[in-house]
Order: sequence, then C-alpha cells, then structure tokens
Amino acid sequence: MMSLLLRDLRLSVRAGGGALIGVLFFMTVVAVIPFGVGPDLNLLSRIGPAIVWIGALLAALLGLDRLFQTERDDGSLDLILMQEHPLVLTVLVKCIAHWVANSLPLVIASPLLGLFMNMSEVAIGAVALTLLVGTPALTFIGAVGAAVAVTLPRGGLLVSILVLPLAVPVLIFGVSASYAAVQDPAPFMPPFLILLAITMFFAVLGPLGAALALRNASD
Amino acid sequence: MTESLAITKFSDLANPTFFLNLSGRVLPWLGCLTAALFAVGLYLSFTTDGDYQQGDTVRIMYVHVPAAWLSMMCYSVMALSAIGTLVWRHPLADVSHKAAAPLGAAFTLIALATGSLWGKPMWGTWWVWDARLTSVFVLFLMYLGLIALNRAMDDPSRAARVSAVLILVGFVNIPIIKFSVEWWNTLHQPASVVRLDGPTIDPEFLIPLLVMACAFTFLFFTLHLMAMRNEIWRRRVTAQRRMAARMASREA
Repeated sequence: MMSLLLRDLRLSVRAGGGALIGVLFFMTVVAVIPFGVGPDLNLLSRIGPAIVWIGALLAALLGLDRLFQTERDDGSLDLILMQEHPLVLTVLVKCIAHWVANSLPLVIASPLLGLFMNMSEVAIGAVALTLLVGTPALTFIGAVGAAVAVTLPRGGLLVSILVLPLAVPVLIFGVSASYAAVQDPAPFMPPFLILLAITMFFAVLGPLGAALALRNASD
Repeated sequence: MTESLAITKFSDLANPTFFLNLSGRVLPWLGCLTAALFAVGLYLSFTTDGDYQQGDTVRIMYVHVPAAWLSMMCYSVMALSAIGTLVWRHPLADVSHKAAAPLGAAFTLIALATGSLWGKPMWGTWWVWDARLTSVFVLFLMYLGLIALNRAMDDPSRAARVSAVLILVGFVNIPIIKFSVEWWNTLHQPASVVRLDGPTIDPEFLIPLLVMACAFTFLFFTLHLMAMRNEIWRRRVTAQRRMAARMASREA
C-alpha cells in the first residue's frame, strides 16, 4: 500500500504526470475572473472566497480522469484488480495519492490567490482551511466518476459532467464556512463541521462506489 | 414457500419473450386507464374554481406538482432497478433503468418549465434560486449525465452495470444535496424565502390534483413499459444485425 502511494506520487510529479497543470489552471481561472467582473477591489474581496473555491473545484476536476486512465493504458489496472488486498483500500490509497499530488498544491496556492482577490487575512486562512478539508471529498466523489468513465476513450469531459452535480454540497458548505469566518453573525463551526462530515462520508462511499464500478467496467 | 414462488415468478420475467408477452397484454389496459384518468383529471382541473388570489394560473399546479413528484419517483424506480442490476444481475433491470432515465429527464423538464411559467405571473420572475428549484435543477443535470453515460458506451450490459453504480451513488447523494441547498438558501437570503406551498390546500384543489397525480403515475408506467419493450427490440435488432454480418463475412 505504501509503495503504491509512493509510486503514484512519483508518477504524477515526474514529467508528463500533469500534477502541476492543475495549479496552473487554478491560477489562470482565478486570474481571468477580474477581467470578467471588473477590477473593483471591494467587489473582488466580497466574491473572492467563492471564486477561489470554484477555481479549485474546476482544477480538481481537471485531473480526475487520469486517476485510473494511465493504469488502464499500461495494463496495471488488471493487476490491481487481481491482487489480494481489498480493492476498496487500493482505491482509497490511490485517491489519497491523487489528492496529495493534485489538490494539495491547490490548497497551498490558494493564499496567494486570496491576496490577488484583496481578501482579508481571516478570509484567506478560512478559505485555505476549508479547501484543505473539502478537496478530499471532491477527489473521493471524482473517483466514482473516473472509475465509471475509465473504459471511455474520451471520458474527461463526461467525468466533469457526472461529478459536478454531486459536488454541489461540498461547494456550498465550503463557501458558506469561508464566508461565516468573515461575516460576524454567522457561526463558523457548523458549516465547517458539516463539510468535515461530508468529506468523511465520501471517504467511505467514494472508494466503495469506485471499486464496484471498476470491477464491473473492467471485463 | 410463497417467497420462493415469488422469486421464481420474478426470475421468469428475466426471459425477455415472456416479458414482452406479458407487457403486451397489460399495456392496452394501462393505456386506457391512463387516458381515462387524464380525461377525468383534466375535466376536473378546468372546471374547478380558480384561486381568489392566483386566478386561473393555479391550474398550472395540476401539471406542475404531479410532474415534480414523478421526477423523484422515477429516480427511485431507477435506483431499485440499479440494485436489481448489481445484486441479481436481472437483465430486465438493465433495460428498466436505461429506459427510465429519459422519462425522468422529461418529467423533470416539465416540472421546471411549468414552474417557470407559473413563477412569472406569481413571483414576477422566471427563475428564483430557491432551494427547491435548485435541487430539482441539479436532479435534471444528473438525469442528463446518466443519459450521456449510457449513450457513450457501446456494450449495453457494461453500460448498465456502470451506470447502476452511478445511480446508486447519486441516490445516496440526493438527500445531502437537498439538505445543503436548503442550508445555502436560508443562509444567503433568509428574508425572501419563497413559499412554494402557497395557501393550505383546499379539497377544491386537492381532488383534481390527486386524480392528475394518479394519471401521471400511470402515464409514467405506460411509457416506461413501452420504452422497455422498445429497448428489448432494439437490442434484438442489433444482435440480429451482428449475426447477419458474421454470416456474411463467413460466406465471403
């Protein structure tokens, strides 16, 4: 399991792995928004947390189709399916590796983008914290989509379409927790704890569904 | 013993020819019942008095509310079929949830469109980001995604199994989405929450509404059976074509 984690990490960091493309995409999306809504700093600071969250959501979706695709291309997916370890655990480890390689850089890059958006320090911290807690849920939900679309030759777009409606709760609670940290009357803890609960829930449901779909899609 | 009898009856249905015969016999009756219910329901909904505030627009409710109920029932039918696909590998369950997805999308679209038409005179706008509207819209997107997934795969049985997984994951998710969307709305605009339930329902409105709901339910089952029959025939035609092509290549 540990070696699988390290292998996946190494593969995604090396050239052609595409882990850093996600961060680049994230920055580009966030940088493009001011051109659309205008350079008004007050407006930007108000909608900043939402924009950073949406950018992170899109960037997290971008790399998802690679989660099982490369394994299928070189045939190691069949080996993973045949081994003695429970497939659910293997999928969980692959999800964690994918999260560390693809989503953790997004979390690290988010404070910088928060500065661009003229957000206050508290808001920047809140967004980074909610992203840290919320993005694993995106990866776990996306694993189901990636496993479902693994046999399709051009599944990337389809994965996004399938996964986005399911990711709505994560977005809602992530953004509302970040806003609650800034705006006074709303308490921060309830949405944050619900976000945590969603992540844990999908940590179970996501790998289960993905393993089931992989077993059914592979033969 | 009775349970095992039920199971054998159920697995008899796995024979597509048996199902085609049975559904062929049931279908005309079901169609007639649907037509009769629609006749009564439409008559009732056009003859009852309009609401004193909403006037005649309240009649939209007789289409809108049943369609919204059906959009949710259809997903439940699909989830049951998905369990049938994954647990018993029942071949009809594959056909069932594949045939139900476009129907569900259609009913959801009807609910959204009529709701929008109703919202324009009542709320003064075509669309509000109200909790209920938003969650129905997300449901609509999920239906479209499932249809797209089904169309993207050429092997029908694999497509059925894979989309069954997705249907079940979505089914578990729907309550979460519903809950979170309600939270989102009340957090952002607590003062202007739009009340969809309107006045407490009077028997005057309730009876036509229930008749129309029954009519819509039977319409769904009629259309669902017809779509399933079409799907079975479509698969047979494909199989025959493949066989013909194989024969042709062998002769050549």
